Amino acid sequence: MKVKSPLEVYNFLPRTNCKECGYDTCMSFASHVLDRSAKVLDCKPLVKDAEKDPKVKEKLDKLIEITSPEIAEVVVGVGDKAIKIGGEEVLHRHELTFFNPTAFFFDVWDTLDDKKIQERCERVVNYKKFYVGKYLTLDGFAVRCTSNDPKRFKEVAKKVASYGKPMVLIALNPECMKSALEEVANQKPLIYAATEGNWKEFMKLALDYKVPVAIRAKDLNVLKSISATFKSAGIKEIVLDPVTEPLGEGLQGTFERVVQLRRKAILDGDKDVAYPILITPISAWLIEGDEVTKAYWEAVIAGMFIVKYGDAMIFHSIDQHVVMPTLTLRFNIYTDPRTPVQVAAGLKELNSPGPEDPVFLTTNFALTYYTVENDLNSAKIKGWLLVVNTEGIGVEASVAGGKLTASKVKEIIQETKIAEKVNHKYLVIPGLAARLQGAIEDETGWKVLVGPIDSGRVKGWMEKNWPPKK
Amino acid sequence: MANKYTLEDFLKLLKEYNVERLEDVKIEGDLEIELEGSAVDLSSITALYSLLSEFRNFFYHTSMALNYLQRISTMFGVPAPLQAPQVQAVAPAVAPAPVAVVPEIKLPEKLIEAKFESPKIEYPGVIEEVVLGATKADGGTRDYVVKLGGEKSLAFYIFDKPQPNLPAIAIDVFDRPPSLAKAVKVHYEDVVGSPAEWAKKCVKKFGADMVTIHLVSTDPLLENTPASEAVKVIEDVLQAVKCPIIIGGCGNKDKDPEVLEKAAEVCEGERVMLASATLDMDWARICEAAKKYGHVVLSWTQMDINNQKTLNRYLLKRAGMPRNSIVMDPTTAALGYGLDYAFTNMERIRISGLKGDTDLNFPISSGTTNAWGARESWMTDSPLEGDTPWGPRELRGPIWEIITGLTLSLAGVDVFMMMHPLAVAVLKEIFNTLGGKVKGGVADAGKWITAEV
Ligand code: B12
Ligand code: SF4
Repeated sequence: MKVKSPLEVYNFLPRTNCKECGYDTCMSFASHVLDRSAKVLDCKPLVKDAEKDPKVKEKLDKLIEITSPEIAEVVVGVGDKAIKIGGEEVLHRHELTFFNPTAFFFDVWDTLDDKKIQERCERVVNYKKFYVGKYLTLDGFAVRCTSNDPKRFKEVAKKVASYGKPMVLIALNPECMKSALEEVANQKPLIYAATEGNWKEFMKLALDYKVPVAIRAKDLNVLKSISATFKSAGIKEIVLDPVTEPLGEGLQGTFERVVQLRRKAILDGDKDVAYPILITPISAWLIEGDEVTKAYWEAVIAGMFIVKYGDAMIFHSIDQHVVMPTLTLRFNIYTDPRTPVQVAAGLKELNSPGPEDPVFLTTNFALTYYTVENDLNSAKIKGWLLVVNTEGIGVEASVAGGKLTASKVKEIIQETKIAEKVNHKYLVIPGLAARLQGAIEDETGWKVLVGPIDSGRVKGWMEKNWPPKK
Repeated sequence: MANKYTLEDFLKLLKEYNVERLEDVKIEGDLEIELEGSAVDLSSITALYSLLSEFRNFFYHTSMALNYLQRISTMFGVPAPLQAPQVQAVAPAVAPAPVAVVPEIKLPEKLIEAKFESPKIEYPGVIEEVVLGATKADGGTRDYVVKLGGEKSLAFYIFDKPQPNLPAIAIDVFDRPPSLAKAVKVHYEDVVGSPAEWAKKCVKKFGADMVTIHLVSTDPLLENTPASEAVKVIEDVLQAVKCPIIIGGCGNKDKDPEVLEKAAEVCEGERVMLASATLDMDWARICEAAKKYGHVVLSWTQMDINNQKTLNRYLLKRAGMPRNSIVMDPTTAALGYGLDYAFTNMERIRISGLKGDTDLNFPISSGTTNAWGARESWMTDSPLEGDTPWGPRELRGPIWEIITGLTLSLAGVDVFMMMHPLAVAVLKEIFNTLGGKVKGGVADAGKWITAEV
């Protein structure tokens, strides 16, 4: 956003400190607008005044303008599955954070038979991978018109739409695109793509059906010309595809184009190119080689541009060796570096434990906690899990850094009154905290058992070590 | 019937709908806009109003207004006839039945010709260039040297400044059988137990630029091999391969300085990298040995830019290390296990160095083998029932190492210590590609749009 200090926002606010926005002062609200944890429209008094007074309205509009993201935000899809892309502010995540994770769209094509289409769609819809307290899922579909038959494309688009996920419709032939839009425009798909050859028709389609549109051009002058033209024609939801070339100089050139597009938008404030960028890792399937080579290279291209400015991607492979690493990378890169990821400390009951069940210990680093909780839950282990406040640091680092200590363990034992809930005094600590064994025993009087290094192995460990031999 | 709709009427309409600031609009000439149709869809008026207020800043001159009208009619989809007489029908309740007549939409016929001027960024700083290995000419026995660093721009931004040295890859070799993921172990089974053979395989078969020999057996908690004994292995390795080498200790802060000191001695003239000096050990002793025998020191901190700065300063100012003899390891965390911390820490370090912080402008090293610590890389399948099955781990493991390395290469890493041969090969390909060393590409990058895969 254009503004750099809360004061610049503050000057636009009513300055009454009425607290309606949920913040104590207008200044506090202003600083949250600045880091994008609050929205201008949350200041209700300002909005209400604007409805009555055109002068205030003007002020409000100005404020919205100067606090809007550097890169336009584009919404694909409708309802609660709709996905936002773009909306970025910075070139490096430590300068603030990256906001809208790269959207992953998976390939379905209309010359595939219906049963295969169903299989692919179901795999995408049902995909999940547990990570840091929630399941990572896939965002949507890219429906390609390989038949060049408007009727078939429409039919398949409709079928895929029934899965309720956001879609990219892919056809360079405007007739095919129009045919599909007649059926699914209300799902607000992203249409791909306007090119130097068909931009007029696509401009009309985007306007008529009110859908976001992707522009595809390798020459950045052309890309910018089309987007400037679309912008002036009143199209707001534009996505830029500077053409992903999968190999050699081509890929190097793609890297350059992507970096330059984003730098141009953010450093030079060029609004003609301040739109989300679309990358097509699917292009990797054009290279020579076997399926694993292609899939690996698809993951490589995706990885490159998850780190560098890809806001949406089209994938062909739905194999785990492509999906899992890229999905995890996306999560990592888009994690907000300003806030430590931690959970509340305390006692967590696993699978309705009884007094004879084991007591485990872990830290409140979200990654650690959720990994452990899920490992134990899915192994159907009954037990009591003590979560120590290590200020969001994992086991090994918190032992090394003095955030997990015997006295902290003593505290949590007392606070949670765990001794009253179980009929034994055995505490299972993580293998990586083994060196605290003696100290904890001395401090708490509990007998400490050193568990495995990885919580995924507690089940096997239990078979040998629980109940403890006296 | 076709109604003549003049700009005056248009402005009147705008006034009626309370659009401000139009006083400023200059009307030149007598433009007329023709519209067809006989009814106004009242529901479109609200939309019109909000659109107008959003766009009012753009009303600079009449042609803009003209353009704008056309745009509005397009935006309303097909039946959005705007017609002067009906517009005064402010009573919203009685909307006359709209007659679907397609208006003539005039969209731009030509592209606005825009030029994209690529931005160029110049940094004041430069990353030190550090040479590993020494050939005969320089008093060593290596066949070639490996140069690290020398960048004047972010990694692979060769459009800003050429990148003098692409990242190098060193494969890990251990002096005792390490515990390794199965997918990695299978590639080294035949050479475990013979570091010299192991090193040879890394270079000859897997294309390593260098090898790192980790003297893990010196660990007091393991074999506790004495320093003088342990370093014999290095002599074997130096015989077996002619690439520059890196020597790693066991990580014990009391033992490592002694071991690395001894290693420095037996490697005199070979310009090896001693890994590592850390804040909590006798770094001065390691540096003394490095200076005496002409080696490079790896300055290792745990993901903390300030600690990295502190340790580098110690090495420079207190231990008097030459600037061309320091490489940094700011610590690598695997994909999914802290990679975000590692990436951002390295990226910040690199940017600081380029911006002119002379405590941080050294080449960066990454222990990418850490990727194999991530359960996703080595477990046969997910321990969680809810997960979609993880697929064959033989395929998951290497890509975990690749993506970890790739990500950190974009943060600025100059030398990777890694293990899986496939990961080594793929990362090499990536570096050569982004470094502009791979010619060609595919003939038609748009083919996927219609290809049946
Ligand atoms: C990310 C990281 C950091 C991040 C921490 C991020 C965070 N929020 O935790 C930061 C940068 C902050 C950090 C700081 C430090 N770090 Co650090 N860090 C790492 C790193 C790279 C990954 C750790 C991690 O997140 N693992 C993933 C989590 C999920 O693992 P986990 O918590 O251990 O949980 C697993 C197991 O313990 C087990 N488990 C957990 N609970 C339970 C419970 C039971 C009952 C059982 C059976 C099992 C179990 O299962 C879990 C899943 O596998 C490691 C190196 C590495 N590659 O492993 C170094 C590492 C842990 N750090 C280390 C050090 C020294 C530090 C610092 C002291 C460095 C310093 N001087 O600043 C500080 C201390 C911080 C502090 N103030 O306390 C050292 C520890 C060395 C040692 N063994 O003593 C390591 C090993 C690096 C190294 N090789 O030297 N670190
Ligand atoms: S709601 Fe608006 S006026 Fe009230 S405190 Fe918040 S920012 Fe200030």
